Amino acid sequence: MTIEELIENFEFLDSWEDKYRYVIDLGEKLSPLDDKFHTDEWKVQGCQSQVWLIPNKQDDKIFFIGDSDALIVKGLIAIVLMIYNHKSPSEIKAIAVEDIFAKLGLSDHLSPSRRNGLLSMTEKIKYYADIL
Amino acid sequence: MYDLLSVRRDFPVLAREINGKRNTFLDSAASAQKPQVVIDKIVDIYTKSYANVHRGSYQLSEEITSEYEQARKTVQKFINAKSEQEIVFTRNATEAINLVAFTWGRKFLTKMDEVLISEAEHHANLVPWQMLRDEIGFELKIFKIKDDGSFDWEEYCKLLSGKTKLVAVTGMSNVLGTVFPLKEMISSAHAVGAKFLIDGCQYVVHHPTDVQDLDCDFLAFSGHKTYGPTGIGVLYGKYDLLNAMPPYQFGGDMVNIVTYQATTFDVPPSRFEAGTPAIVQAIGLGAALEYMMNLGMINIYQHEQELTNYMHRRLKEVDGLIEVGTAEGKGGVFSFLIEGVHPQDLAFILDKEGVAVRVGHHCAAPLIRRMGYESLARASLGLYSDQEDVDTFIAALQKAKTFF
Repeated sequence: MTIEELIENFEFLDSWEDKYRYVIDLGEKLSPLDDKFHTDEWKVQGCQSQVWLIPNKQDDKIFFIGDSDALIVKGLIAIVLMIYNHKSPSEIKAIAVEDIFAKLGLSDHLSPSRRNGLLSMTEKIKYYADIL
Repeated sequence: MYDLLSVRRDFPVLAREINGKRNTFLDSAASAQKPQVVIDKIVDIYTKSYANVHRGSYQLSEEITSEYEQARKTVQKFINAKSEQEIVFTRNATEAINLVAFTWGRKFLTKMDEVLISEAEHHANLVPWQMLRDEIGFELKIFKIKDDGSFDWEEYCKLLSGKTKLVAVTGMSNVLGTVFPLKEMISSAHAVGAKFLIDGCQYVVHHPTDVQDLDCDFLAFSGHKTYGPTGIGVLYGKYDLLNAMPPYQFGGDMVNIVTYQATTFDVPPSRFEAGTPAIVQAIGLGAALEYMMNLGMINIYQHEQELTNYMHRRLKEVDGLIEVGTAEGKGGVFSFLIEGVHPQDLAFILDKEGVAVRVGHHCAAPLIRRMGYESLARASLGLYSDQEDVDTFIAALQKAKTFF
């Protein structure tokens, strides 16, 4: 699924309950992370749940795999990966992730005061885009 | 008679909606809401009588100095200290404990000594002692609590000895709600010659507190948990102890005679209040404590105990819910986990239902791990909490469970 398709699907969801159920569903469908990556090295700091993020590079495109022990957070990770995966570093830096989350009606999850790690994760992604 | 409806009306924030729902605020143990009298007092001071304290040869400064010192007397009354000279204003409880550690501790502890704390301490009553231990080399002993969170006399007595110079414990655990038998613990500590510090952050909010009856040597608490402003805390210390302690910080308002060569320091409490203090916050704290005393601490205690029992009963209805900390007589703090639901996910859904709970390690990470967890959700009660808060919370928990 592309992020555009996700935004379209979200337009059919009227209540926060349906949105959260959908997000949880996305989290459940996220490919499981190999246990060897569940280490501090791949942990994103600043979260109330545990979040792991592992970058890979193929040719000039970057893709990430991620995981969390919290299901809603895991679903949010699935969305973030949908937004950023298989892009070049310059494409990654050009993405206005706030606008996308606003369209999804999930903006509050990107707020710096929400310590769910989503903001830390997008910052980490931009950091990897810089160094890879 | 405790008029809960009228009490709730005293707290304007309780009337606002959260995500279109009733504001079900169950995080008072982290920081409590403020009654209108406190808000009014703060506005009033800034509007009509603000100036610096202890400087004044003019009307405004005299007025505010008198208000500031009156707040000290209110604190004295609130904990029944012998004299207002035993009340030091600090930034918060953390600073109050650090003050004891780095003035009394540095002067009186040696590497032959022991400091005794419990497993149930907040980081604020653990880390300062670890740092001081690393500096001085005394032994930091930690007595065990029981698995249900209750106090264990045997464990306490096992570690209390002639080597113990200080016992520093929480009066009421911010995670488990356990209330320690302070009076008996203090008399045992004194019997071996140890001083006794109470981290009273949670305790003083929910119990009538009488430092003379308890006979504690130090008591620390914060203003923002007692329905007062942030940025203000209290250290109570027996006067002789305070008077034997060197200053904590240096600057204005705490000195006696200053020349370019040398300085002599003022007596307590001003010795420990260097620089311009948190004037308006201290006065706001005074207003908050007056508010609580007008309601009556025993009435607050009884109301909260009834609601605590009700909450405890209703939590049992939620399948898969584990209440962590179930000591007899515990206060209104409920740490819990629902099997198969991450506390963070739970908090997201509760928030949508207008219910505020805290998630994580609650600044007591070693305690959470000792109880066998990494992260817990916590609901806590205040003097304005009511049955509807509990009912809304339980309904929101049941709803949250349907998501997972």
